[in-house]
Amino acid sequence: MIVAVVPAYNEEQEVGNVVRNTLPFVDRVLVVDDGSTDNTAQVARDAGAVVVAHAINRGLGASLGTGIKSARKIGGKKIITLDADGQHLAEEIPLFVRALDGHEVVLGSRMIEMKGNMPAFRRAAQRVGNMLTYVMFGLMVSDSQSGFRGFSAAAADALEIKTDRMEVSSEIISEIQKSGFKWTEVPITAIYTEYSLSKGQSFTVGIKTALKLFIHRIKS
Amino acid sequence: MMFSAIQLLIILFALFAVTRVVIKVRSRSIPMTWATLWIIIWVGAGVVALLPQTTDLLAARVGIGRGADLLVYLSVMVLFYLIFRLVVKVESMQQDMTKLVRAISMKDLDNKKGEDSSE
Repeated sequence: MIVAVVPAYNEEQEVGNVVRNTLPFVDRVLVVDDGSTDNTAQVARDAGAVVVAHAINRGLGASLGTGIKSARKIGGKKIITLDADGQHLAEEIPLFVRALDGHEVVLGSRMIEMKGNMPAFRRAAQRVGNMLTYVMFGLMVSDSQSGFRGFSAAAADALEIKTDRMEVSSEIISEIQKSGFKWTEVPITAIYTEYSLSKGQSFTVGIKTALKLFIHRIKS
Repeated sequence: MMFSAIQLLIILFALFAVTRVVIKVRSRSIPMTWATLWIIIWVGAGVVALLPQTTDLLAARVGIGRGADLLVYLSVMVLFYLIFRLVVKVESMQQDMTKLVRAISMKDLDNKKGEDSSE
């Protein structure tokens, strides 16, 4: 069974479309409503998703952790995570599903074929993020912060996400390195709308993420 | 024996702090081990305020000119360590909270699995 996991926090505007667009490519769409104050959960349910709701907001990392665990619980064998703001194309899910046949973790990368309209400043920030990830975790990936990923059942069970917030992207990469999962990247399209840009990581969040990672690294 | 204003202030505050610690430990709001540490710190502060010369002797031994400086150095060290302990504690509480929120949110997933098999 293929399960799509969509972490969502106050995404009532887009989450319905995301669920409807995703359903044709998977068996189940599981939305993690991360303590939203708007109608995210209801909108997702109406669109046909299984909804797991956090009573209070716990952040992206926590939502992904809940989503991946829940997906396993409902019988997911291949788990695809994607963002709730509509920046990922559901049509690209089959790429992940196919790649999961030979790999434990599949990372979507906006940098392999340069599809889509990623703004230049984001592309530059991305490179810095990749370098930092490499220096700290020893794994060179082309898009360390992409939220479009695929996990096999084995990887999903072994994955231990500890950070609640945005550092989760790099934590997943460090887990790949530590556990020695067989991984690969598939090219994805980056769709940037004003909506997704307003929701995405800002420069200050980026700096904070880098700092936290650094502390994390020292602690471990 | 004459006390300066700052000596008096420190002694009074130390007394006040010790009573707070005692109240807290009696209501079992803080554990005995922490209470002991806090009482040692405050009694120490009171003694030093009362007899400042004692720290000068110590300071000379470790190679610092004035006793007051030695105290400041030690205090800053202790403070930073306590902050570190707090940060670690807060982080682990955050993680516990997430575990709790996650467990509650996943509670009725079992029924949903049942729905699947009937399809």
